[in-house]
Amino acid sequence: MDTLTRRRFLLTSGVVGAGALAAGAGAYSLRDLLDTSGDRDPQSRTLVLVTLYGGNDGLNTVIPYGDPAYRAARPELAYPDGEVRRLDDDFGLNPALAGLHQRWSGGGLAIVRGVGYPKPDRSHFRSMDIWHTAQPDRPGNTGWLGRWLDRAGGDPRLAVSFEPALPPLLAGAESAGAAVPVTDRKAAKGLPAATLTAFAAVEAGESAARGRAAACFADLRSVDEMIRQVRDSADPDTADPDGEQASATATGGARTPLDAQLDLVAQCVEAGVSTRVFSVSLGGFDTHADEKQLQAVLLGQLDRALTGFADRMSRTEAGRKVVVAVYSEFGRRVRANASDGTDHGTASDVLLLGAGVRGGWHGSPPSLTDLDDGDLKYTTDFRDVYATLLERVLDTDPGPVLADWRGRVDKLF
Amino acid sequence: MAHLLRRATFGPTAEEVDAAERAGPAATLDRLLTPPATDRGAAATPVPTLPPDPYAGLTKDSTREQRQQANAERRKQLQQVTEWWLDRMVAAEDGLTEKLLFFWHGHWATSAQKVKSARLMVSQLETLRRHGRGPLGPLVAAMVRDPALIVWLDGQKNTRKAPNENLARELMELFTLGIGAYSEADVKAGARALTGWVVDRRTGVVRFETKRHDPGEKSILGQSGRFDAEAYAGLLAAQPAAATFVAGRLWFRYAGTETPAPDGLAGADTIATLRAIFSAPAFAQTRGTLVKQPVEWLVGGLRQLGIRPSALPEQQRRQLLAGLNALDQVPLRPPSVGGWPAGSAWLTTSSLQARLRTAGVLAAATAPAVLARLTAAPTAGRPDALARLLVVDGWGARTRAALAPLAGEPRKLLAAGLVSPEYTVS
Repeated sequence: MDTLTRRRFLLTSGVVGAGALAAGAGAYSLRDLLDTSGDRDPQSRTLVLVTLYGGNDGLNTVIPYGDPAYRAARPELAYPDGEVRRLDDDFGLNPALAGLHQRWSGGGLAIVRGVGYPKPDRSHFRSMDIWHTAQPDRPGNTGWLGRWLDRAGGDPRLAVSFEPALPPLLAGAESAGAAVPVTDRKAAKGLPAATLTAFAAVEAGESAARGRAAACFADLRSVDEMIRQVRDSADPDTADPDGEQASATATGGARTPLDAQLDLVAQCVEAGVSTRVFSVSLGGFDTHADEKQLQAVLLGQLDRALTGFADRMSRTEAGRKVVVAVYSEFGRRVRANASDGTDHGTASDVLLLGAGVRGGWHGSPPSLTDLDDGDLKYTTDFRDVYATLLERVLDTDPGPVLADWRGRVDKLF
Repeated sequence: MAHLLRRATFGPTAEEVDAAERAGPAATLDRLLTPPATDRGAAATPVPTLPPDPYAGLTKDSTREQRQQANAERRKQLQQVTEWWLDRMVAAEDGLTEKLLFFWHGHWATSAQKVKSARLMVSQLETLRRHGRGPLGPLVAAMVRDPALIVWLDGQKNTRKAPNENLARELMELFTLGIGAYSEADVKAGARALTGWVVDRRTGVVRFETKRHDPGEKSILGQSGRFDAEAYAGLLAAQPAAATFVAGRLWFRYAGTETPAPDGLAGADTIATLRAIFSAPAFAQTRGTLVKQPVEWLVGGLRQLGIRPSALPEQQRRQLLAGLNALDQVPLRPPSVGGWPAGSAWLTTSSLQARLRTAGVLAAATAPAVLARLTAAPTAGRPDALARLLVVDGWGARTRAALAPLAGEPRKLLAAGLVSPEYTVS
């Protein structure tokens, strides 16, 4: 059964947490928690976690253009000096990252080097499990922010994802974050509100999954209410997210674009909702072949979405309390393959911007020649980054969430 | 009996449960596992014949407009195939085989988003249908040469000079052995064994190019030899770990995530494994714990409410597909090579909203004859009539309280039944 652990976590994330949630669903009334926007400590910060699914090629994101080994390892894939957006004499950003480059110049972008974990696993799923659970030895059934949520009271509105399925990182042992759709947030027509309320009741002796199905009705009421408040209070001059959505889905039913997810985050932040953690994502980074253009397109989307969001956040008091962290499950092999792509690798950089983040380099870059079976050796443990975010952004003691992990990224804030 | 039918097929109708009750458990299991000689439902929904891939007509000199037109044509073909498959799932009498095909599709999780060709996707489904009931060996051997899978996992870019590990890794991790049963060195050697197969995107045909193949000695899983794709597939399928892994995956989808798979489920072929799963004492205990995947939920509802998607007006057909899209499970478009999630991952506030909308569409499209069965019951008895219609074992007090006020509005009652925890989790 051990071979199934990885899939089981990914595919059943929330099962354990959901069971506990269902059992406790009657213990607190979500309706009582409506309109928590006034309860929020205005000094508290908000974490926006951006997951790049598929394994973003870190060496073509923050490019070690000054190192001859970079070009030697991937002659076709390497960016020429002239195209790189220089950060210093050794490193530069991918040409598609114009906005982030500008922020770097203003001291508004932090880059933590070579983030990874011991004994790297090159499976997307296992590696993503490890990043989601922060348990590299044996990924369990709870995500690191889910465990934070358990300790923060378990209100699903504290940890919100704008993805259709709940990302494992938001599944706790006793509670789970809320997955809120960007599209069509209108209240469901057809069934009376009384029916939806009746379905939210706890049924004794029911299976955990059925309990979770009923708890969704309770969550729906509270989350719906929160989003409605956000939309009602939104500045009528700001872009209508529904309008944006229409064109996005019309181009092929793709997942919600990152900028639309961040647009809703921005509205929530500006309305002062109680949410402390937002999880958003962008996929498609598994560039085994013809990587260069594909990655540039994706990084361009990332760049526009992030800088647009950061600019908007800088304009309000609440927005200036937001910290954005960007990561992927692994980087890619130093050496290119023959398909002008790269295979699964290991350590990569984590990008941070926002409130109090000290711009510039953090940690040391991995060597391109002293490799672990063709891959970079990590220099910063990813739990150092998580612990720092828990401590400095979520005002939480990282110990109970991260199995007493002691490491931190010094001077990140 | 209803439990068996709910899990083995997409969703039985009340009549099918009645027939099974009359036949008894042993005969019902036999009948499920032995396909009928003729399937009128499948015969009425033949695989669509597709015109040649629109890309086949393109050349280097084709204009931008011609390319755009070819793309649009490809999207149209994929839409047509997706709608056909949904219709087939509803119409087929041999529900076990149809659901098993969907299982294999999620197992070999190949997405049209990258493959783009409806013909290649259909041809992969045919391969899965041909080998899906049988032993693992021929299935794996056929799949390593399946054009859609090769395109999906960059197999055509895997050459002697620079092996591309994508297909070899997922073949072992996700399709046959499971993580932990092989090493990184096995991935590298496996990729070399798979070199040489290329797909002609114009004709959709795979062929072997000797020059691209690495004929050298390879050591895979402790065995040495000049493995090629077929020998490598054979080696994988013969591993005891493969039989156990695949049986575990079947258990995971048919019995759920809460009860661990008992030992010794793996049979000589998939049908034997399914028989072992359905006969296991632990299987009976999984009742009421399995979250229906969105496709299972939708197809079951369509069957029970007497709705054939192909008979619906276009707008409603689109609403059904939009519902699956919002629920994040569109056939032919798994989110990644890892396939779709399971269990409570489907139970989010977001998915509930999508289920509410889609249930409204289903209730509105319900055949009058089916609706009449609800309204034939006295108002107080309608929740029970609804349970029979939807093949739910019974409502708990919570759901009864939710349904009772709707008894006078049969279509709303239907919609409420479809989103109830008892129906969503079978």
